[in-house]
This record gives sequence, C-alpha cells and structure tokens, in this order.
Amino acid sequence: MDERQAIVDLIPRLRRYARALVGDRSAADDLVQDTLERAWAKFHLYRGGTDLRAWLFTVMHNVHVNRVRAQRPTDAITDDLPEMAQRAAQGDSLMVRDMDRALAKLPEEQREVLLLVALEDMSYEEAARALGIPVGTVMSRLSRARERLRATMLETPASAKLTVVK
Amino acid sequence: MNTNLPITEADLQAYIDGRLAHGRCAEIEAWLATRADEAERVAQLRSQRDALRALYDPVLGEPVPERLTRVAQRVPRSRGIALAAGWAALGAVAGVLAGWQLHSVQASRMPPLSEGASIARSAAVAHATYSPEVRHPVEVGADQQAHLVAWLSKRLGAPVRAPVLDAAGLSLVGGRLLPGEGDPAAGPQPAPVAQFMYQGSKGQRVTLYVRTETRDHGETAFRFAREGSVSVFYWIDRKFGYALSSGDLDRAELLRLANLVYRQLNP
Repeated sequence: MDERQAIVDLIPRLRRYARALVGDRSAADDLVQDTLERAWAKFHLYRGGTDLRAWLFTVMHNVHVNRVRAQRPTDAITDDLPEMAQRAAQGDSLMVRDMDRALAKLPEEQREVLLLVALEDMSYEEAARALGIPVGTVMSRLSRARERLRATMLETPASAKLTVVK
Repeated sequence: MNTNLPITEADLQAYIDGRLAHGRCAEIEAWLATRADEAERVAQLRSQRDALRALYDPVLGEPVPERLTRVAQRVPRSRGIALAAGWAALGAVAGVLAGWQLHSVQASRMPPLSEGASIARSAAVAHATYSPEVRHPVEVGADQQAHLVAWLSKRLGAPVRAPVLDAAGLSLVGGRLLPGEGDPAAGPQPAPVAQFMYQGSKGQRVTLYVRTETRDHGETAFRFAREGSVSVFYWIDRKFGYALSSGDLDRAELLRLANLVYRQLNP
C-alpha cells in the first residue's frame, strides 16, 4: 500500500524526466504511462525496501530504449525540424528554448545520463545502477553531454534558430 | 588542506553537481582561479545545469493527467496478494478492505457495510453448520451437477454456476439450498440462497455462498471477514452476492481461491 502511494508520489518526477527526454508533452506522458504499466506487470521483480525511485527509472529507461529502437527508421527524418517545431512551444525565454533544442540533439545515451544527474539529482552511482552501466561510463557520457550541449548553445544563437523553425 | 591529487574531468563534473567534499571543493576552486578558460567553461556548465532545472522543474507542479493516476491506482499483481495476506495476517477485523481490487474502475465501490457484514456472517454460519457433516454435507451431489445447477438456478430465480476449482486442488462435493436472510414479517419472502461445497485431498472444506441481490450494486472489492474460526472473502458482482468461506485455508490461499472463483464467474 505504501509502495503504491510512493509510486503515485513519484509520477511528477517521472513526468519531468520524460518531458526532458522526449520533448513533446503527450509523447512524454505516453512514456510515463507505459512505464507505469510495465512497472505493475514486473512489480514482483522489485525487491521491497530497495530504492523504488531508481527501480522506476530503470523501468523507464528500458521502455524508452525499446521505443527508440522500434522507431529508429523514422529517426533520420525527424533529425532536425519536426522535433524542433514540437519543442518550440514550451519554455519562457529564448535561452531556455535554445537549451531545449540543444538537448534534443544529444545522443540518447548521453541525454539520459545528463538528465538523471542534473535534473533528477541522482548520484553517479545511482545513475549507473538505473542505466545498468559502469560509473566510469556515466562520468564520460556526462562530460561529453555537457560539452556538446555547451557547444550547441554557443554556436546557435536563439534568433538564428527561430528563423530556421519558421 | 591540499591533497595534491591531480584534478580530473570527473572532479570538475562532481564540482558542477555539488558532489565534492568541502576540502576537495576548495582545491578545485584554487585550481580554477589560475585557469581562466577552465573557469569559464565550468561556470557555463553550472548555468547549463540551472537552465535545465528552470526549463523542466515546472513539470513537477503540473497536475498529473488522470490517465496516469488511473494506471497507478491499480494494484500490482503479485504484490496485491501479498498485501491482502499481510492485512489478513494482522488479524484484520471483519469488513476491512483486503486491498485487492476486482475491477480497477469500480474498485472504490464497496457493499454497504450492513449488507456485506450480513452476507459474511450468514455464509460463515452456513459453513460452520454444514462443512463438518460427514454423511450429509450436501443435498445434491456433484455426480448430478447438471441437475444441481438447474435446480439452484430455478430456486434462486437467476442462473447460478458452480466454479471448477480442481486447479486449486478442490473438487466439488455438491450443493444445497438455504433459506434466505431477512425478516419475513418485513416484506416479501427473501429469495433462497445456494451453497456449493468443495473438498481438498486432506478433507478440508470450502464453501461458496451465492445470494441474489435485490438490486444491481455493480461490482465491489473483495472484503475479508473473520467469524469465529471461519475466514470469509466476500464480494458483490452485479445481481449476485458471493462469500467464500473456509476454516482451514490461510487467508492468502483463500484470497487466491476467491480470485479464481471470480475469474470463472466472469470469463
């Protein structure tokens, strides 16, 4: 019973992470919904007393990876404009909007690490466990993600980007 | 105190994330003070982190869409059983919600307490009365199952069925007709009630008490009650009230059985 409530309490955090991960609001909520469905189906695998949040993020990671894999053929086409157009609606300043687009350009595995650490505030060990990768890999992906995001932000001023979308 | 450890990229990342011990933090700051390029890069990465939070933290305050809370209201499959067993093991008093939901959408509906308690008590009394019977546990034996079901359906005025519980190691012994509850002086004669009896290999007996309801209650959650030494799971499914009773099975087993019965009656 407490676990059910604990999961309900974690939904806003799952949504925040999903929104940053996939950008579009309804696609993000679809990801959260699939994650919750899968969590129920696999709940017998969760060991009570361990970190429920980490477990849920692991489930979400697996669901997301499977979806990305299934969508791969169309990914090449949506590389740039369509996704940017979807993402442009949110955010309240050019700088923030720019960040959103730059984030979308990161490789999936780098974006996941960056968001777990920077947004979800996971320790490097927690992020490593959630993603099933070594801590060293977390550190290198984190560093590359931040650097790439920074470079994208520096090279594309907001005004230039907006004309592209148009 | 200076540890003289070389500053690595991992140190800088941990510095950005505020995950360094104080002493190490000071070392990084001293190091950055002598390297303007690195200092600027680190500052940008820190503001990048802030920008991420600024962009996505508002999601935390958004109302959660109903479709997500609906999914979360479901009880995880195996945990649901463990949970109900846990409740029962606590010696839950009669009528306490077992934590198991028959149907997620209608899970919040419960039988009115008096009605639920009455079916549980009547079922437990009938169980205690007939299950110890050696020679006459039932009126009509399972060897005449078609007749048994037709007869009980006719007397109850609604089609009843005898679930097959062989998968749970219980075989049908037969069934009987019982007088309905209620005060005859208060109105029309209450409809009679059916009792099916099952028996396991060790002689343990389980009875299913089936009552027709005067009105459609929809579906309700399983509830657990204990009457003396008899444990009962009961629920209402549209026009029927059911109560599954046992004096031998532990609550988790009885709940599993109740679930099996429910699934058979609602294929």
